[in-house]
This record gives sequence, C-alpha cells and structure tokens, in this order.
Amino acid sequence: MEDTEKIAVEAREEAEKAESSRALYEIKMKFLGRTGKVTALLKGMRDIAAELRPAFGKKVNDLREKLEGIFGEIEARVKAKEMEKKLASEKIDVTEPGRHTAQGALHPITRTRDELIDVFAGMGFEIFEGPEIETEYYNFTALNTPADHPARDMQDTFYIGDGVLLRTQTSAGQIRLMEKKKPPIKMLSPGRVFRSDDDATHSPMFHQMEGLVVDKTITLCDLQGMLDEFARKMFSSSAKTRLRPSYFPFTEPSVEVDVSCTACGGKGCSLCKGTGWIEVLGAGMVNRHVLENCGVDPDEYTGFAFGMGIERIAMLKYGIRHIRSFFENDTRFLQQFKD
Amino acid sequence: MKVPFSWLKEYVDIEISAEELQEKLFSCGFEVEELLYLGENVENVAVGRITKCEKHPDADRLTVCAVDFGARGTRQIVTAATNVFEGAIVPVALDGATVREEGGSRKIKTGKLRGVLSEGMFCSGEELGINDDFYEGAEFDGILILDGDTPLGADIREVVGIDDYIFDIAVTANRPDCQSVYGIAREVAAVLKKPLKPLDEGGIHPVETDVRFSVEVKDTKRCPLYVGSYVKDVKIAKSPRLLRRRLALMGLRSVNNIVDITNYVLLEVGQPMHAFDRKFLHGDKIVVRCAGEEEKITTLDGKEFALHPDNLLICDGERPVALAGIMGGLNSEIREDTSEVFLEAAVFARDSVRKTSRSLGQRSDSSARFEKGVYEIFPWMAMTHALALMERLGCGTPTSCTVVGNLSSVSEYGGITPKEIATTYEKIDAVLGIHVPKEEVNGILRRLGFGVTDRGEELLVTVPLWRDDVEGFPDLAEEVIRMYGYGHITPTFLERAAVTHGGLNLAQKTERHFKEVLAREGYFEAYGYSFYSPKDFDLLRLPADDPARNCIRVANPIGEDLSVMRTILAPTMLANVVRNVRRGNMSGRLFEYANVFLPREEVLPEERKHVSLAVWGEGDFFDLKGAFEAIGEAFGLTFAFERAEKPFLHPGVTARVMLGEKEVGWLGELHPGIAAELTLDRKVFLGELDYAAAEKKFRKTISYQTVPAFPAVERDLAVVVDEQVTCAQLTACILASCKAVSKAELFDVYRDARLGAGKKSMAVRLTFVPDEKGAERADGYFQKIVDRLGRDLGATLR
Repeated sequence: MEDTEKIAVEAREEAEKAESSRALYEIKMKFLGRTGKVTALLKGMRDIAAELRPAFGKKVNDLREKLEGIFGEIEARVKAKEMEKKLASEKIDVTEPGRHTAQGALHPITRTRDELIDVFAGMGFEIFEGPEIETEYYNFTALNTPADHPARDMQDTFYIGDGVLLRTQTSAGQIRLMEKKKPPIKMLSPGRVFRSDDDATHSPMFHQMEGLVVDKTITLCDLQGMLDEFARKMFSSSAKTRLRPSYFPFTEPSVEVDVSCTACGGKGCSLCKGTGWIEVLGAGMVNRHVLENCGVDPDEYTGFAFGMGIERIAMLKYGIRHIRSFFENDTRFLQQFKD
Repeated sequence: MKVPFSWLKEYVDIEISAEELQEKLFSCGFEVEELLYLGENVENVAVGRITKCEKHPDADRLTVCAVDFGARGTRQIVTAATNVFEGAIVPVALDGATVREEGGSRKIKTGKLRGVLSEGMFCSGEELGINDDFYEGAEFDGILILDGDTPLGADIREVVGIDDYIFDIAVTANRPDCQSVYGIAREVAAVLKKPLKPLDEGGIHPVETDVRFSVEVKDTKRCPLYVGSYVKDVKIAKSPRLLRRRLALMGLRSVNNIVDITNYVLLEVGQPMHAFDRKFLHGDKIVVRCAGEEEKITTLDGKEFALHPDNLLICDGERPVALAGIMGGLNSEIREDTSEVFLEAAVFARDSVRKTSRSLGQRSDSSARFEKGVYEIFPWMAMTHALALMERLGCGTPTSCTVVGNLSSVSEYGGITPKEIATTYEKIDAVLGIHVPKEEVNGILRRLGFGVTDRGEELLVTVPLWRDDVEGFPDLAEEVIRMYGYGHITPTFLERAAVTHGGLNLAQKTERHFKEVLAREGYFEAYGYSFYSPKDFDLLRLPADDPARNCIRVANPIGEDLSVMRTILAPTMLANVVRNVRRGNMSGRLFEYANVFLPREEVLPEERKHVSLAVWGEGDFFDLKGAFEAIGEAFGLTFAFERAEKPFLHPGVTARVMLGEKEVGWLGELHPGIAAELTLDRKVFLGELDYAAAEKKFRKTISYQTVPAFPAVERDLAVVVDEQVTCAQLTACILASCKAVSKAELFDVYRDARLGAGKKSMAVRLTFVPDEKGAERADGYFQKIVDRLGRDLGATLR
C-alpha cells in the first residue's frame, strides 16, 4: 500500500498546478473520483487482513478528509482568481452615456405660476380661475373703473362685441368669487390677460396672478406682511418689500410694490438701475365700492388685493430678457426649464 | 408731466437739490422718470466783453480779440466769426470748456490759430443748445451777442436760463390736478412742509364794458362747463423773456403774447384755453354743439376735416370756429392786428375729446390734457390766471364780460360746493394698521389744501375743489400715509384674520399632473396666443362648413393675424413646429394646454380646455400615439383608435381617438401637401385632445386589488393573416375567444414572400389570468384561441 502521506503530498503538488477550477476538478477526480486513487485504496481493503481493516479504513478516511481539505482550500483560491479575471474582462467605460427616456419640461410660465400658487396656497389661498372672455361689467364696471376711463378705450382693450371683451386683468376674478363666496376669503386668480399692445417689450397676451384677502380688520400692515412673506419665499430669504403710492381704480389706498433687487440684494446694480429695488406688483386695500358691488358690507369687512405679471416674475427669476420669447416656443428655450 | 425746477421755485422756497427733491417726490407718489439737467455739456463758458478787435496778421478771415471777463481777468480769442465787434458782450468757452455740438459735445482748449494764441472760443446759441425763446438772437448764424448789461465773468448757463432741471414726472390717472406745474408745486410744498405761494397775488381789475356775449351749450354731457371772457385793448406783441423761456423749457415755441398766455396757463394750471379774435365771432355768440351732417372745419394748422355727428364743435352765431378741446379754427385765430379777444376755458368730457381726436387723427396739447380729465374748478382758476397775466403783462384789459355756459348763475368758481367728509381718526388708522398722531393727520391734510375741523375723535374734512378724486376716509388715509411715509407701516401677518383652507382643488391638481405626464413622455410645454388668423383654417384646408370655422372674431384686432379666437389649437402648434424647423431645431416634441373658445347662445362663449401635441423629426405616428396611451395609463382611461380622415392629415396615417362612444381627439401625420406648402422637409405628426371631455372620465381614486397568489403565465402566438387584418381586430378576437386571457399585446409584424402575397405574420404576447394550474391550463386554451382566429380572421398558426 502506498503511503497516504505520499498521496497527500502528490495531490497537493498536482492541485497547486491547476490553472482553472475545471482542471482542479479533474485532478480532484483523479484522487477522490470513482476511479480515483483513494477509491482504489478502499477497493484494496478486501486484500487486507480482517484485523488490520479498521486501522486501514481509518487511515484512508483520514486521507480523504485531508484531500478534501486541500482541494477545498485550493478551489477557493482558484475560484477567486477566476472571478478576478472575469471581472477584469467585464470592465466597462463608465464615461459612456447612460440610457433614459428623454424628458420634456413645463413652460417657465407654468413653473412660475405653480411656484406662486404653492407659496400662497401654503398661506391658505384657494385658486379661482375666471373666464378669459369677460363682460365689461366684471372687467371694469364692478372694479370701479368708470365708463370714460382711458383703460376702456378700444386702444387698450380687445372687444368681442357689445359689452364683451378679452379680459385685461385677472382682477375680474375678484368679483366673480366674491359674488359666490362670503368672507373670509383668501383667493388667488391666475390666468391669461389681453391688451392691445404689440411691440418689443409688450405682448398682446400675457399672464397675471391676482390675489385677494377679505376679512374683518385687514390693514395695510397685513398687506405688507404677506408680501414680505411672498418675497422671501419666491426670491430669497433676505428679500424685503417697499410700498410706494400709486393708483388703481379698484383699490384705495393703492401701492406699487418693489422687492429688494434679486440680482444685487439691494446694493444697486444694472438690473435695478442702481436703486436696489425692482418693481414687481401693484396692490392696495380693496376699494369700498368694489366690496359694495359684490354685496360685501365695507363697514364690516376690509381687504387687500394684489396683482402681478407672471412673465415679469419669471423674467426676474430666470433672467429672461424678452417677453416675446415666452410665446415663440423655441425648443432651445424650453429645454432649459427641465426639472 | 414735465416740470422745470426754476418754475417750481417761483411757488415754493425749495432749499434742497434737484436730486433730493426727486427722492421726496418719489416718496409721496410722484416718480420722476427722468431728471434732466439743461446745462449738460455746457461747462466753463463765461460772459466776456470784446475790448479790441484786430485783423489776424497771417489770415484774412480771422480776427484777434481781447476779451475782458471783469474779475476773472482778460483773454485773447481768435475768431472766424464776422458778427463780433468792439464792445460786444459774448459767451466765451474758456480753456477746458465743453460746448454742444450736433449729437454730443466737444472740448475747447487753448491753442494757436495760424500762429496766434487763442485762449478759448466765442459761442453761438447752437453751441449752448438754446433757441430764440431762451435768448433772443440765439438762432442767428454767428456768435450770440448778449445784452449790454450782462455781468462780465458770469456763468453763461445762468444768463441764458439753462442752469435748470426738468423733472419728468409720472402722474397717476387719479391726479389730473397734478398735470400742471402749480399742481406739482402744491405737492412739493406739502412734502417739504413749506408754504405754497398764491397763483395771482395781485388779482384782476376788470373794466366795465357794453359788449355782451352769449353762450349756449347744447350738449351738456360733452361740455359740462363753458367759461368765456371778453378782453379789450389787446396789443399783440412778442412775449416777455420769462414767458418765452418757460414755454421753451417745456418744449413749446412762442407765437405771440396772447397765444403764449393760453399755452402758459395750460402748463401752469393744467387747463387748456383758447383765444378767439372777437371780430370773427359772428353775433358775439358761442354755441357748443355737435357737428351736423357733412359739416366741415379747417383748424388753425390748415387741415380740413369732414365731421361726424359725434364731434363736438364751438360755433359762433353762424359757423364752427373750433374743434372743441382739440384745436381752434383757422377762421377765428389770433392775428397780428387782433385788438379784442374772447377767451375760452371749458370742461369737455374726456372720452368725447379722445374719440374725436382719434377718429379725426388730430391731436394737440389741449386734447391730450382733456383726455386725462379736468375738474370744474380748473376753468375758473385758468380764466382768472390768464386775465391776471394779460393785465400784468399789459397785453389786454380784462372786462366785466364773463359768460358761463351750462350754469344758472355766475359767481366766483361758479358756486361749486366742496365735498365734505365726516370721519374719525380711528377709521384712518384702521385702514393703515398703524396709529398716526392726529396732529400729523391734521397737518398733512391742511398742507395738501384740505380744510380740517378737529372734533376730538372725529374730524370733518373739506375736500379742495381740485381734488375731485377724494371720496372718503380711505382716500384720506392714502393722503396721510403717502406724506407720513410708507416706512411707518410695520408688516404683520393677518393677526386677526380667520383661518382659511387653501390649496388646489381636484381639477387643478389633475391639470398639473396631466402636464407632468406629458413632460415625462418627452414633450415640452408650449404657450400660444389665444388668437390667430382665419387664414389658418384655409391652410388646414378646412371646408367652409367645418365646425372649427365657427369662431369668435375680435372687433378691434391688432391685425388680421390675431383676429379670431382659437377653436382648435392645431394651427398654433403647426406654426410652432414650422418656426422650430426654420430655426434649425430639426426634431422635437411639444404640447400645449389651453382654452378654445366656442360660440354659443349665452353672453359669454364656452371656454373649453384642449391639449395639442406635435412630434417632428425623430419619432412617428406611434410615438405620438404613445402620448395618448401614457395619458390613458396615468388617468385610468382606455382610448380606442380608429382609422379616420382629416383634411389636413395624411389619409392613411390618421386616427380618431375614442373614449367609449365619444370622439375626444385625433392624431395623424400632417398632410404631405401642406408640409410641401410650408417647405417642411420632415414629417410632422399632430394630435389634439378635447381635455374637457376626457377629464370627465379620469379615474378619480385608485382602488386596490389584492395581488394574485400565482404568477401570471405568458405565451407567444404568431399567426399568418391577410394584410387587411388589423391589430385591433386580432387582439379583439383573441380576447373574445378566451376569458382566461387578460392581455394580448402585438410585439412583431413580419412580411415575407414565403408567407404568400398579401399576407403578414403577427406575433402576439398573451397574458393569462393567474390561477393554480398555471402553465398547464394556458396550454390547454392555446388551441382554442388558434381555432377561433382561423375561423374569424382566416389566420393560420405560423
């Protein structure tokens, strides 16, 4: 009988030479397979004296265990090497482009509109949209704009027919809502408006966002407080507002509202023409006549209203310079507003 | 409104700079849009007297002059000018000076002219930027010769009246009283807390006359007030320098003393006036009426107008003598020999003046002023002022003959009673949200010309007649805060208001989600104008009776291109694609979500939300169809697509989109004929969805169903069918043949000669409803399905 030690040494020597797990397997079979050396040893047990058999059996079993240990150990090593090789062969160029469905984008007017809505919705405003073709009553008369007011002229307003026009301001929404709903009211009315202006800095159609708050004891201080909050959320956490006197037929007092310059923060730059302020919206305390026209008692309720151009806000936010580029729908323009 | 600084200073003692005043005006509601310094580009030009003139030794055309500047010494100036002489007092640009030149300025330096030292340059009026109205002789082509008593060494800007600023002020529509120098001066006085000097300190001294004028106003709506006054002993002459200069500062040329006074009063008081030569007013009679049919007038600029019955006229006893509020007639204008004048100051309704001015295309300073509105007090102020000026300047004698149209009695200011507002200090505070001390309230209102009676907690305010815009306590609150300062407002956040529930409603949320779905599918959102050209319908080859042509027209469009309200969005979308392709954006996807406007019986048309889509360049019909399917998936709808035809789409590549029995949209390839007309070199696919109709069927909530315990089994099936068999027919047949099939999806179509002529192979993936028997059961159904396909569609298993 061959020395089991010798077999173990032989097996290790051969196994160490194996280049692949397949080759290793074949070597393993040579020793542990059905026709392998260890099996042959066991088969030879018949020729051994009965009293020696247990000792012999134990020896062979020890050898088997030892060999299994050797092959196990080497297999792990070979497999690790093979994995290494495989991984190396599967290396990719991670700088090649990825694959995804090409996304489109919402228009900057929609983006700005939605952002404004979210700011005010968080303050308890509901959203109300009136019709784009309006009656003179809702667009002018109920808003305290007298029949001989220049704004009513054909020069500025598109008319459809007798007493029907393309609304010139989203303020018309104020009246429609107040007719339906009693105070307390917090309303935001975004939408398309139309003016008979068509030149480099005007568009015959643009978008406005009207806001209205009617409740008991609303004051000018509340108006500025709310607009401060709007400026902080919409522009920057350090943004401030400034009120200055103005005139709108449907508010009294009326104010023009400036926001600290979005570009320089108020130090003065070319955007704000060195003033540190940018005009962003018109506002005021709701005129008593307007409340009366909607059946709201102005001695019981007061309110404020504000209105801004959505394109104007978008231009400030994104640095868009020409209002007309909003309506040309050039994909090179639109692509820049992807999320 | 343009206002010169010097003119304001006549009425208010202003001690601050023009820039500081600009700030003050801004704070109280008068934004100065431009502050212009008139002496810009005129620097270091001094008054000198020529003491000696000698011929230049080496140049015939040059003169060498010695010039005396008084305390500022003497200089030698060489000049080519021919109108200089010893003793002449002239403006001299000294070394380092700046003078004006056409389109800019130039520097003057000491230098040698033909070898002789010249320490500056004599200036013409043009080089100072002035005309004869600033200084007589300024328009002469040569050196400006100054008055003999001009102080030597003085800064020329002060001498010729250009050391001055012009404030160009934005005046809001509610303040017609501030469309005048005196109105602005009143605000300046109030904001600076200085007294406002009266307009006519001396008053007027009318003489008795036998002349009697009559005024008859036939249209009191268009002319609520007419004041006229007869002036005798008129001496037409040039106006004095102050008057001419002030008109010049405002950009007006001087005509003669009478006309200048009417213009001057317009600027100073804000009331247009007109002066008629009395001898041309037949019958000493004024009739204010609308024009008759075929009536004509020639205005004093020589233009003749055929009139409309809406045009208001001033007539004498026989004929029109002025286009009311716009311009006087040529037949009654002031001439060199005018000796008696009838002065007019009236209120004409602003929309009447505006409409006449627009329809005739005739504008004037007067019409522009009337369009902004004048109050009834203005004609009285203006008339008094004009008469006082005439008396003071010696160009005419006011008389007792003042006549008024449309008023029962003639008294000072026509007996107009001022408005009174009874309110409380608390109400004013309540508007503002802050407490303003009552002394401040009283002081501010009084400085603005309001009468204030302080009754403790209450106050009685008398509104000045020039502030017809003020109606109640909110207006008073505005007056108070704009003078007290908006900086006093302390922001609060609706401390006492009720809590409201805000946010988007379901429809608004859905709209937002809808747009996001399309953006996710690669579509960019577009915004188009709500109007387009009726020719757009022709471009789409819509027949005359196509419902889309039933549209709403804008009565006064900017042009034909923007004259009808959209009934479908497709034309705008097509224009977007064309614009993009022309700009080199060869491939793209767009969508627009907007209203279309459909006429109906009610006063207002139906506004209906539509969505339009476009795919061009990369992508085809099925990419666009995929957008509809994505919408269906997102909102739980199953759209059906049926072959259809549209006049503007490819007849073989067009589908209508069905939701149940209702057609809710269409899609297809732009007709190659139209593409060729538009010189589009690539295919364009267009689609439109009636969003309003689809939205009604949107899934509102998600209802969960338990996930099946067994995996679904899939089987692929390929059959050979005739070419006409559609995908829709095949899948419908499969689904009808076996209830266990939950889904049948086409994944391949294959054509080959070996399949036979007019045949194609269609491969479908079947998904079976999961159950415990799984694959075994599915295999059992398979034959049943094949048999049915064979029977119904003549299909054979491939």
